[in-house]
Amino acid sequence: MRFLSYLISGISLGSVYAIIALGYTMVYGIAKMLNFAHGDVIMVGGFSAFTIISMLGYPPALGVLAAIVICTALGVIIEKVAYRPLRNASSSLAVLITAIGVSYLLQNLALLIFGSSTKSFESVVNIPPLKLADGQVNITGETIVTILACIVVMVMLTLFINRTKAGQAMLAVSEDKGAAQLMGINVNGTIALTFAIGSALAAVAGVLLCSAYPTLSPTTGAMPGIKAFVAAVFGGIGSIPGALIGGLLLGVIETLGKAYISSQLSDVIVFGILIVVLVVKPTGILGRKIQEKV
Amino acid sequence: MKKMKKVLSASLIAAMMLTLLSGCGGDKAASDTWKFGGIGPATGDYAAYGIGVRNGIELAVKEINEAGGINGVQIDYKFEDDQTDNEKSVNGYNALKDWGMNVLIGSTTSGCSIAVSDVSSQDHMFQLTPSASAIDAVKTDNAFQVCFTDPSQGSGSAQYIGDHALGTKIAIIHDSSDVYSTGIYENFIAEAANQSFEIVADEAFTADSKTDFNVQLKKAKEAGADLVFLPIYYTEAALILTQAAAMDYSPIFFGVDGMDGILTNVSGFDTTLAEGVILLTPFAANATDERTVNFVTAYEAAYGITPNQFAADAYDAVYILKQLIEESGATPQDGISGICDKLSAQIVKTSFTGLTGDEMTWSASGEVNKYPKAMEIVDGDYQLFE
Repeated sequence: MRFLSYLISGISLGSVYAIIALGYTMVYGIAKMLNFAHGDVIMVGGFSAFTIISMLGYPPALGVLAAIVICTALGVIIEKVAYRPLRNASSSLAVLITAIGVSYLLQNLALLIFGSSTKSFESVVNIPPLKLADGQVNITGETIVTILACIVVMVMLTLFINRTKAGQAMLAVSEDKGAAQLMGINVNGTIALTFAIGSALAAVAGVLLCSAYPTLSPTTGAMPGIKAFVAAVFGGIGSIPGALIGGLLLGVIETLGKAYISSQLSDVIVFGILIVVLVVKPTGILGRKIQEKV
Repeated sequence: MKKMKKVLSASLIAAMMLTLLSGCGGDKAASDTWKFGGIGPATGDYAAYGIGVRNGIELAVKEINEAGGINGVQIDYKFEDDQTDNEKSVNGYNALKDWGMNVLIGSTTSGCSIAVSDVSSQDHMFQLTPSASAIDAVKTDNAFQVCFTDPSQGSGSAQYIGDHALGTKIAIIHDSSDVYSTGIYENFIAEAANQSFEIVADEAFTADSKTDFNVQLKKAKEAGADLVFLPIYYTEAALILTQAAAMDYSPIFFGVDGMDGILTNVSGFDTTLAEGVILLTPFAANATDERTVNFVTAYEAAYGITPNQFAADAYDAVYILKQLIEESGATPQDGISGICDKLSAQIVKTSFTGLTGDEMTWSASGEVNKYPKAMEIVDGDYQLFE
């Protein structure tokens, strides 16, 4: 019973990592770039919802919707202003450094607007916790919603990519930008769409992250962003089911490590396991190995 | 090339003139007033501390100036915001030194104060920190504390819990990446060996994972802990209280001075969750002695909020400096190093009674000697815990 209750804590933490990792992996899979500002788009989503719900007093649903709209717009603007001009730069490092720059820009803008004092976020989830085995096992409403959201997002993304024209265009762009363009695919438009979807996912992740752990500050997205990146690599970066599995595994490992080994060493254990996985299976759990033909 | 040389020489001349000018300003100001500098987080996660310190200094300085200054010399004061960042704190110190500071009241938090004392000891600047409680904050000869040190908070908490039989099974959650928290934690553990209670859960977290405390709380609950000791700051404590309530776990939560601010400084925090929290602190705003009542009335009139213990520590710091200057006969003309010599020779001989303690004395190492009080949060306010 004790193990089960820790396991559920781990799954609820992992589901938050998973939903962030889905956005990471989506952008990486299509645009082949690491968007390090993803964690900070999550923070912007959190603050948008916070402003609408707690400061202006509108209903939670409107707050979530506003967060999605704001983050989608933000994602498209970031891509257009900061990433697109560098897409054909000689070094792929340039765009990586820009992403880090965007990350700091967003953090400091939030610092300027909202100040750095921690805000207590009001949960948007209104479902009572599920109590099993006489209250020994407690599954919060936030956990249930996050897991459901993860599964819905995963299924919809998979269907979107495999069943729609725009999705097929994304696959084509991810395989070969030049050839896709020759086939009449609008590469810029497709990548902008990828960022729009990735950032909308970040908004949802932000609201769920802040609901599960009700605190909000300009650096809220930074550490979960890095952990989710690890989760995406763990599951095989670029793979959508991989992000879900990687996120859940990471959360469970972290929590069980805290519970049974040491609460101080949980991060050491998580990153240690990452190194082992990468040594044994460099493409991650579900990553595909693509043979480059010369 | 020629053009560049011209530009270069022009800018060099300009820079030289600026240095000359600023040099003049500093010297002149230093001779006719005391310049007290303060450093602390006026913004950021721990803004409650820095703002308290800033207001406390400001209020005391205003009172002393209105009463005619120290030996007839007026005080000028300036405060620098460090956002609890060591580097910004040292930058603040340098800015204050450029301004002409004679004596430093700061920094507010332990990490920053340690960083600043590394620099201030080279300048031999007298440093009196109102609230940095780490033992390393006073490791240099020029640094002294107004608040308790971490060792005395840690062992004091353990003794207090033991003496008042507050719990038999104790859990601890501390921040292992923070010098303040670990300092208290280590001394609590050491003193706990002499007490009748048992430590059943010894948990930690780090700055990188300070939002999810479910596991730590579950372990405490499983072990049957009836008191959870939290030697941490209020931002994380607020989350711990929220998550404990969500899992129907309600032991006694026992905090130290870092818990101060939980009622007022976490926006949106449901303060009813903090009911019954006990914290060890040297100052209670609702104490009825005349000194506290006068201070609280003046503070509320000036700033519209009730002072926390950081404001009281800083207020005391200014009056301690006044007493030391009067007793030692130091003047602003003695220079930074001369003032430091006189004040540090005097502080080990003096005995000060203020808001945060009666007959406070100092050891040569810089630590203060006074007795703690415990407060309980009742109806959203602090009450002296009996």
